[in-house]
Amino acid sequence: MVKIIKKEVLTPQIKLMVIDAPRVARHAKAGQFVIVRINEEGERIPLTIADFDSEKGTVSIIFQEVGKSTIQLGELNEGDHITDFVGPLGKEIEEKNFGHVVCVGGGVGIAPIYPKAKVLKKLGNRITSIIGARSSDLLFWEDRMQSVSDALYVTTDDGSYGEKGFVTSVLDRVIQKEKIDLVIAVGPLMMMKMVSLLTKKYELPTLVSLNPIMVDGTGMCGCCRVTVGKECKFTCVDGPVFDGHSVDYDELLARQRNYLEEEKRAVENWLMKKAEEGVHHAK
Amino acid sequence: MPNNRLNGRPKMPQRTVQERIRDFDEVPLGLEKWAAIEEAKRCLQCKKPSCMKGCPVEIDIPGFIGLLAQGKIDEAVMKIKEKNSLPAICGRVCPQEEQCESLCVLGKKGQPIAVGYLERFLADYEREQGIDLQKMPTQNGKKVAIIGSGPAGLTCAGDCAKMGHKVTIFEALHSAGGVLIYGIPEFRLPKAIVAQEVDYVKSLGVELELSVVVGKTLTFDDLLQDGFKAFFIGTGAGLPHFMNLPGENLNGIYSANEFLTRSNLMKAFRFPEYDTPTKVGRRVSVIGGGNVAMDSARTALRLGAEEVCLVYRRTKKEMPARIEEIERAEEEGINCIILTNPVRFVGNENKWVTGIECIQMELGEPDESGRRRPIPVPGSEFVIPADTVVVAIGQGPNPLLLETLPELKLNKRGYIEANEVTGATSIPGVYAGGDIVTGAATVISAMGAGKKAARAIDDYLKNKS
Repeated sequence: MVKIIKKEVLTPQIKLMVIDAPRVARHAKAGQFVIVRINEEGERIPLTIADFDSEKGTVSIIFQEVGKSTIQLGELNEGDHITDFVGPLGKEIEEKNFGHVVCVGGGVGIAPIYPKAKVLKKLGNRITSIIGARSSDLLFWEDRMQSVSDALYVTTDDGSYGEKGFVTSVLDRVIQKEKIDLVIAVGPLMMMKMVSLLTKKYELPTLVSLNPIMVDGTGMCGCCRVTVGKECKFTCVDGPVFDGHSVDYDELLARQRNYLEEEKRAVENWLMKKAEEGVHHAK
Repeated sequence: MPNNRLNGRPKMPQRTVQERIRDFDEVPLGLEKWAAIEEAKRCLQCKKPSCMKGCPVEIDIPGFIGLLAQGKIDEAVMKIKEKNSLPAICGRVCPQEEQCESLCVLGKKGQPIAVGYLERFLADYEREQGIDLQKMPTQNGKKVAIIGSGPAGLTCAGDCAKMGHKVTIFEALHSAGGVLIYGIPEFRLPKAIVAQEVDYVKSLGVELELSVVVGKTLTFDDLLQDGFKAFFIGTGAGLPHFMNLPGENLNGIYSANEFLTRSNLMKAFRFPEYDTPTKVGRRVSVIGGGNVAMDSARTALRLGAEEVCLVYRRTKKEMPARIEEIERAEEEGINCIILTNPVRFVGNENKWVTGIECIQMELGEPDESGRRRPIPVPGSEFVIPADTVVVAIGQGPNPLLLETLPELKLNKRGYIEANEVTGATSIPGVYAGGDIVTGAATVISAMGAGKKAARAIDDYLKNKS
């Protein structure tokens, strides 16, 4: 059992929770993730560590409410408990001075890009960050990204905030005018695919952080397997960070759709159950 | 009392096929008390019992059977528990036909004593009647860390505790039992029984810490700083093997580990009451011929598949599964397609599997395993249609903990190199046993290794101070 010590609504659908988890916080590194299970019936949800404080013993997670489990997690409040919180899992990013690093965060992917930018900044890298979302109400942590970046660009697909368009068009512009040593991109698969296609043209080393469907998260089930180069890798133990130019995105995009029907059914079932409970309470 | 005479070895009563394939409840029902006692009376009480030589945990088999024959059930249970902390599990999943029962003198001319059925009866009787066997051992305060709560870890923990050590088990998953929880299905080993056996080990004073991944959440150094003096690694062979064939990452293709974990640990068979889903199509193919393949096939059937087949590259005779499990699978309508080996997976435009292209095999000369080597028959390719495929061809060592202990010596296959008698590894004070040493084997051999290591840990700790 772990306790939620702080909850922040970043956007109507994106929430931040600070969890009291000293053991996880002590060994956490940028790039790693945790597995969260809300209650006895719950599934094991992998969430990238958005921030951590090893002295205070806290770990921050950020999630977008897209399915039953994340909606349910979002309903919990400060002081509530989560049944399981295991980590830090996966491999950390290489921590060194690369030179000029461009950090690209898309949507809820801004959360996992932040600790990477933060640690790389501390190591003396020049950080250019590009964050983007579909629209302004899905954008968060501009201030935090600002604090760890030498330059920050913000885009929205609909132009409701920042520059109208995709992160890739800004990235293309940055590539044109500056020397870049490393690009790190975290966000929706399609975005990471587009970033990788672009940087491939310029042969810029690129890292992406994958978030496929997982079960145990410790290398036991192989659900999170992904083709990288010609090899089959398990995201949970070999990743989640991989060379962006070698990932088979199309395969992964298909694998992400594996349980769409069930996910929909789970949400409907949950909403119905809640409605029934509501009626019950009203009586 | 019903017909209380047995004509030789009793048959295990089991649920009918029609009834059992609709749910996940246990299939064999267990012997009744009178039948168990009658069977126990058949034991010759050999002066030099050979059956015991077949038992990896050295249970006094004639001893407990003799007590049972006299109706001294409580004492019989205690006799087993002197050596085996998990009899309800062993009575269900041990391959007795290859161990104790295969060496029974009665088996030479007739049928061996049903040691497994009797062990199960006693363990179940104890549980149902609530016999209290507990005597809390006195602790000497030496801390032992057990990594992994599967059969090896549980046994080692229980035995170390009985010797007075202060034991903590660290388990990566949210539930204790290892393969007993995530791997073996409810219909073969009810999870309530595993929970009860875990509780028994806890009642000996063993602490259990769930959701702790040693090497990640806590490092070996953390544990040393915490005052742990000896370690047992029983992390299992948890890394699923795939066939590395084209199309293997299509949707609908599972490793047996994933398929069984979803159903067993995460209770996907009760979706959406439980959150984790699983997907089973109309036609399911399971690749492999071991117990895990049988478990996967029978799970698929219970999850609603219409047709389930096993695809195996040798013949039924070479299948590593227990005969009893193959028989139950076939009774339930599972079709064994033998001498057949997959060459690639076929999918549709949505990247969903639709079939397995296979090639026919014939048996050639025996290979290093002593079994005849299967050889492909050129030009014999054909497609087995399938909406769901489960790859059950074995597992390798999980590297997660091993990567964090570079000084730990591994063998060529990547498993931990450990002394066969003591479980000692290349690091003093660190012992290992079970599948992480031997590769995938049986529950009972893992328990045997846990037991030996416990003795060695006790010696080590005594000599250390």
